[in-house]
Amino acid sequence: MSRNGPLALAYHTLFVAFMLAPILVVCFVAFTPEGYLSFPTDRWSLRWFYAIAQYPEFISAFWRSLWLGAISSAIAVGISVPAALAIARYRFPGREAVTTLFMSPLMIPHLVLGIAFLRFFTQIGLGGTFTGLVLSHIVVVIPFALRLTLASAVGLDRSIEHAAVSLGATESVVLRRITLPLVLPGLVSGWALAFINSFDEVTMTVFIAAPGTETLPVRMFLYIQDNIDPLVTSVSACVIAITVAALLVLDRAFGLERLLVGRSASHGR
Amino acid sequence: MKAAPYLLCLPALVLFAGVVIVPLAMTVLLSFHDWGQYKGIEPVFILKNWQEVLSDSYFHEMFARTFRIAFFVTLLAAVFGAPEAYILNRMRSPWRGIFLLVILGPLLISVVARTLGWALLFGGNSGLVNKALMGMGLISAPLPFMFTETGIVIALAHVLMPYMVLAVWASLQRLDPQIENAAVALGAGPFTVLRRIVLPQVMPGILSGAVIVFALAASAFATPAIIGGRRLKVASTLAYDEFLNTLNWPLGAAVAVLLLMALVAIVWGANRLVERRYAQVFA
Amino acid sequence: MAFLELEKLTKAFGTHNAVDGLTLGVEKGEFVALLGPSGCGKTTTLQMIAGFVEPTSGAIRLGGKNLLAIKPAKRGLGIVFQSYALFPHMTVAENVGFGLEMQGVAATERTTRVGETLELVGLGTFTTRFPRQLSGGQQQRVALARALVIRPQILLLDEPLSNLDAKLREGMQIELRQIQRTVGTTTILVTHDQAEAMALSDRIVVMNQGKAEQIGPPHEAYERPATPFVANFLGKTNLVDGGSVRPERISFAASGLTGTVRTRIFQGNHWLYQVDTASGLVTVIRQNTGEAMPGEGDAVHLTWESRV
Repeated sequence: MSRNGPLALAYHTLFVAFMLAPILVVCFVAFTPEGYLSFPTDRWSLRWFYAIAQYPEFISAFWRSLWLGAISSAIAVGISVPAALAIARYRFPGREAVTTLFMSPLMIPHLVLGIAFLRFFTQIGLGGTFTGLVLSHIVVVIPFALRLTLASAVGLDRSIEHAAVSLGATESVVLRRITLPLVLPGLVSGWALAFINSFDEVTMTVFIAAPGTETLPVRMFLYIQDNIDPLVTSVSACVIAITVAALLVLDRAFGLERLLVGRSASHGR
Repeated sequence: MKAAPYLLCLPALVLFAGVVIVPLAMTVLLSFHDWGQYKGIEPVFILKNWQEVLSDSYFHEMFARTFRIAFFVTLLAAVFGAPEAYILNRMRSPWRGIFLLVILGPLLISVVARTLGWALLFGGNSGLVNKALMGMGLISAPLPFMFTETGIVIALAHVLMPYMVLAVWASLQRLDPQIENAAVALGAGPFTVLRRIVLPQVMPGILSGAVIVFALAASAFATPAIIGGRRLKVASTLAYDEFLNTLNWPLGAAVAVLLLMALVAIVWGANRLVERRYAQVFA
Repeated sequence: MAFLELEKLTKAFGTHNAVDGLTLGVEKGEFVALLGPSGCGKTTTLQMIAGFVEPTSGAIRLGGKNLLAIKPAKRGLGIVFQSYALFPHMTVAENVGFGLEMQGVAATERTTRVGETLELVGLGTFTTRFPRQLSGGQQQRVALARALVIRPQILLLDEPLSNLDAKLREGMQIELRQIQRTVGTTTILVTHDQAEAMALSDRIVVMNQGKAEQIGPPHEAYERPATPFVANFLGKTNLVDGGSVRPERISFAASGLTGTVRTRIFQGNHWLYQVDTASGLVTVIRQNTGEAMPGEGDAVHLTWESRV
């Protein structure tokens, strides 16, 4: 039902151009054959992509980010599932408070979290360690894992579990054969969203990552602070490419809307 | 089993108690400690840092800048993001899904990469933006964007725009499309429908999006750091400086805690306003 | 001693008794309907029998044994839920076979029994489909098959037909009755639809505010309602001249209560009339015999044999 007139469509085009411009610029500049920031005009070159190999700190930072994201998301999901089941099914006193508490990292500026963790970890001897990074990332991604797992748990028809019980299933059978398979989509999409948020996190991480434990965004940020040259654009272009690929896969599998809004709300999908 | 829900929440509760509440409490405490270049952090309880942060004009200026930037970013996001959400909503699939992906997708792309793009666009005299503006004849000499507040505002508006579109979009999904048709059938023209029917109903969505964008803009770090540079400081980059360069952790803590309290107050107040104003519509 | 006995069964939520001292005996092979408006306690009663709600007081005995002492998973009851509650991630065959799996029945025997029961409900070829690929009526049958295949002592049906459209519902009612007669399982049906309850059951329990207002065969409850509530709930009734009269017992005659026809509605096999009389608005139902009938605005006389 496209009732958008030409004016609306023109606005829309400008808007999309605005949204894509910076991203496209980074990708273009990454292909420059020159040794300085410039647009590739008549020649395109991969020299700056090959150059990444000369900077092992970027490569190790990449793997660290990947590993960090995978672990902290997995743990966040592992903690969220029982909490989601509790919140979805029981009306217990403090339910609202607990839900707000678990979602609160969304409202706390990552700046404050970074500072708090820096102080805390230094005091307890986890300063600059990978463990500290994992703990902090679990905290910031739990709201995403929880939101999606909760949506799945809430959408689960309780009478399905009653039916299984009436047919003789014990509690563990119900959990294993009925509940978990049915909340699995929420679990997986929760993990995926948590992972992406962990991978991109920079504000908090910049406070707590020490030179040996930097993540990719932090490494990129620190590099840019010193100078901006095509190397960081080629690294960024790689990150963008990977993210876009992941985006398409996630959208196919779950629907981007469901991931970001928490439930699939639009008609015509 | 009455204890079941509590047991299920236990891992998360333990995590939060130990890794969120304790560190935050410690940070607040830290803001009351003393610091000296040679003695380091002295765990006493004094108001020195708070007095400095609250009375020194340098801090006033910096906080004013922080909230000024956040305000304009929110304004831009609302003014430009809301109509786009509306236009998106009226598209038919597959365009709708495709453009939703294009506009919301950037949320998942690293903020450093996105800001880098703006640094390139703004860069020096050969920045694309200036070239385009001069090419269109709108300006005769390149405007400074890099290391200016304007530059930060534009870059942040770009980074945070998807949150506004998302909030308004979510709000639009809850609208019954037949309501617009009912208004048209009763004789309302398209602008009247927009103004009297659609806008009042998406206002809560716009406001909740505004709250999110404002909070994120005020506490943003990477974008102001890259676009603003070392000289144009906002609250977060100032705290970073204190922590990692000057090493005056207590002062940095005071800045951060003040920012947190200000944001909590603003967000809470705005939410109350929205609730009270719109409770009747959606009760 | 009846096969299933409910004795002074009570369930209180706070100060309100959802079920209030319900006593009922159900014989083996009987089809009993719990009928009443929303909030009358019929579903709560069913949930107590199933074991998902604990009674505040009272007893439930099955074959003489205290059912309340047995966990829901071990009660061996077949339940058809209002939303069908099929396992969305399992095929029809896996759904139906689940109870047998829990009982430890061997795979080959499972397949045979699942096949037989699906044939019974008319879905023999649907074994590999998933619930989302089935229509509402088909899902309902799968739910029924899943409950029957385990050869339950009692079959509990919680408003199983309420989500089906009218035509489908009528067809399913007849089928349900036939299946129950074939298999012979003791059945308890919960419904708010009086036509359904009367069509399917050997005995009706008309419930109101947690209590049973009448227990008896449908025909009896209809003809001799014990209370005004029952009279009004089972079919329509008119209050004229101090007594109550069923609309189908009133006929047009040469003399009797005078009135004017306000509305006449054709309903296929009968005519529905609303007649303005000195005693108020009277509803009259007349079989469609093909004869000419009074029209709207006509003056008529109503007569009937006095009852109650």
